Amino acid sequence: MIEIRDLRVSYGERTVAAVPELDVRAGECVAIVGESGSGKSTTLLAALGLTEGARVAGRVRVCGVDVLAARPKELRRLRGSRAALVMQSPQAALSPTTRLGTLMSRALRLHGARRGSALDRVMAEAVEAVMLDPAVLRRYPHEISGGQAQRFAIALAIALGAGVILADEPTSALDVTVQAEVVGVLRRLRAERDLALLIVSHDLALVSTIADRVLVMRAGEVVESGLAAQVLTTPAHPYTRELLEALP
Amino acid sequence: MPRYLARRLGQALLVVAGVVTLTFVIMRMVPGDPAVAFAGPKASPEELAAARARFGLDDSLPAQLWSYVRDLATGDWGTSLRTRRPVRDDLFAAFPASLELVGAALILAIAVGIPVGVLAARYKTKFPDFGVRVGSMLAVSVPVFWLALALQTVFASNLGWFPVAGEYDGALDSSSPLTLWTNITIVDALITGNWPILTSTLWHLVLPGLVVAAYPAGVIAQMTRAALIEEAGQDHARLERALGFGETSILTRFALRPALNPVLSLIALVFAYAIVNGFLVEAVFNWPGLGRYAAESIRSLDTPAIAGVTLLVAVVYVLANLVVDLLQGVVDPRVRAR
Amino acid sequence: MTTEPVRLRRTLPRLPDRFAAFGAVLLLLIVLAALFAPWLAPYPPDELRPLEALLPPSAEHWFGTDSVGRDVLTRILYGARTSLVIAVAVLAASATVGVTLGVVAGYAGGLVRDVIMRVTDVFLAFPALLLSLALAVVLQPSVTTVIVAIAVTWWPWYARLSSSVAASVATRSYVDAARCLGVPAPKIVLRHVLPNSLTPVLVQLSLDAGGVILTAAALSYLGLGAQEPAAEWGLMVEQGQDLFTTNWWVVTFPGLAILLTAFAFNVLGEGLRNALDPRRAVIR
Repeated sequence: MIEIRDLRVSYGERTVAAVPELDVRAGECVAIVGESGSGKSTTLLAALGLTEGARVAGRVRVCGVDVLAARPKELRRLRGSRAALVMQSPQAALSPTTRLGTLMSRALRLHGARRGSALDRVMAEAVEAVMLDPAVLRRYPHEISGGQAQRFAIALAIALGAGVILADEPTSALDVTVQAEVVGVLRRLRAERDLALLIVSHDLALVSTIADRVLVMRAGEVVESGLAAQVLTTPAHPYTRELLEALP
Repeated sequence: MPRYLARRLGQALLVVAGVVTLTFVIMRMVPGDPAVAFAGPKASPEELAAARARFGLDDSLPAQLWSYVRDLATGDWGTSLRTRRPVRDDLFAAFPASLELVGAALILAIAVGIPVGVLAARYKTKFPDFGVRVGSMLAVSVPVFWLALALQTVFASNLGWFPVAGEYDGALDSSSPLTLWTNITIVDALITGNWPILTSTLWHLVLPGLVVAAYPAGVIAQMTRAALIEEAGQDHARLERALGFGETSILTRFALRPALNPVLSLIALVFAYAIVNGFLVEAVFNWPGLGRYAAESIRSLDTPAIAGVTLLVAVVYVLANLVVDLLQGVVDPRVRAR
Repeated sequence: MTTEPVRLRRTLPRLPDRFAAFGAVLLLLIVLAALFAPWLAPYPPDELRPLEALLPPSAEHWFGTDSVGRDVLTRILYGARTSLVIAVAVLAASATVGVTLGVVAGYAGGLVRDVIMRVTDVFLAFPALLLSLALAVVLQPSVTTVIVAIAVTWWPWYARLSSSVAASVATRSYVDAARCLGVPAPKIVLRHVLPNSLTPVLVQLSLDAGGVILTAAALSYLGLGAQEPAAEWGLMVEQGQDLFTTNWWVVTFPGLAILLTAFAFNVLGEGLRNALDPRRAVIR
């Protein structure tokens, strides 16, 4: 579903992320780990062509669309309907003056749905799939909790029928118990719907519970990659060991 | 919200009290004796004394202030030295025309300023943006009285496309007299279905309306642009982009509403500014509003009238600010939650 | 917690853009014109030549002559002096008063702050031109009156601005530290609080100059400011307004002078704000 080759993202002279190879297949979860500024979020945004003002080289295919060569219209069709983004700060990622239901219905209609009871049903089902009460659809972002907002962001992807979810630090702004909830939802949906997940996180504990494969990034370079079980138990690179030792 | 409302009202009352005091102080600074101004230069000492007693000029200043406040509260805004009529009646007669002019200008300014601001934000740093920047900057830098004179000379006197002055064609008063309800000509003409006066008023409104609208349109465009650009840089805009929304629909459907908040508070400021700018424009176009009244009062040093105009506009301004604060709750649900 | 490069905002102040630079050059030209008016002006400013009245623009009189035969270009050059003197005087006076009161209010806090801020609220409740108008009526019409009348309405903006800056500076730890070491309050204010208020005040000053010039011109236009035979742009428009249809140049050029000067200040001010203080509102 996601296929990245020789990706190089740079601002001016400075290369902020260089990824030689990264694949995510349907039903698979890949995590990119690393500290702040390691280029992991940039890689994720590059997969959707959302790196504004940056020079991006290489090859990025998402759901069969060549992201770097696609026309804006193709790219907009890809975003949302096939590949969805879940962001770090859940409430800031929702427009403060738009009710959640309005946002969802606008997004669905943007991708071809018609107003009506069928639309309402899709919305209610998507929200229930992430274990939210459909009543949240009438709320504004400041009226719900961070965990609810994050689950709603996932519901958006479900409603739109996206096969790929890209999550940028999906739990780091949440409490520990709420984190578990959100991770649970992601794991269940991946199994039920054969989703491809690309998760960016600095939280290795989270990564070990959900990821099949791991990419470790440092200062824009991939230092190690492989099966999660292997990388996280017998790390080859000293940096990965450092990260693991930092765990409580 | 109720507590917020109460606090806001309390603040407004305090400001109005200050406004009354300040107006009183300024009017006491007038050189010359108001009694002489009222009774005339040839008045006998008895007449002068009577005038002094009438205006309470022999009392102490705090006592004068207190009686001033009491008079204002009971609806006595003093007597104009020039028209010899109660200032309140004069203001009541003149204010609706000003409101009409400024209201029309603000509607025009909003209708132009917001879309133009959106356009500039959409094509940030491109040619449309540059055009809007230069245009809005010119609009806020132009001296209104000069713009009024220029438009009047070119489009009314020389080309004859629009009437030179006045609120509507005076001849219509006899052919299709207007029934007054609100005293705002255009509204009354609309209510009573008086089409000749309605079209004539609209026609007369074009040039002065354009002039008064220039400044507000400029600042509204600048503010909308700035607020939109800031809002489109927020996290939620990235999510909307990731959902497949295009830049234009992000700006108009998601960013515009939160961005309208600063624009709204601006409109209150601009409203008062437009009334006072309207003074200069009314003088040029002989519009029968507060501005013409103020200009004539200034020329004859008619202090009670000037005090009345000053007070009225300041109070309207305080009210406009209050209304805008409350409107913000409607636009932005976060404010409502306070 | 990510500070990924995508989020990286440019933290260095951007250099004023080309548009702002254009404003600066325009303003410089206007200032030079004002300074060197006696040398640049082709004619004496007050010399009446009734025989040369209302001549249209020509090689001898680029901007024509007015109804008493004075050269319009000459009077516009001298008028630049009046406008700039008014702008500088008003801004200097209102910034001095406003910043002093604002810094005291912000640093002292409590009752002092409340009283000062409520007083500013009252002044701010009048649209600037209105209060200036009322004051200018009461005082004798002159350039000094214009300066006083506008300065009285302008200082509260600086008080409000600097009090909020001062209040935030007053709670910083190095100010606390200085207070604990027994540094006297006036010294703390001068050393730490005042310098921090200067950038926003400077930006505001450059943004305000255009407004001051427009207000001053409006007061003169209403006959409340500069009087005959002074060369003042607003007054020139007032004197020529009845001649607009027949002798367009007597009104057009002074008006353009006001427009260009206000435009230059506004463009420069906007550029400075974008460069130094990007989060401030567009206007008052």
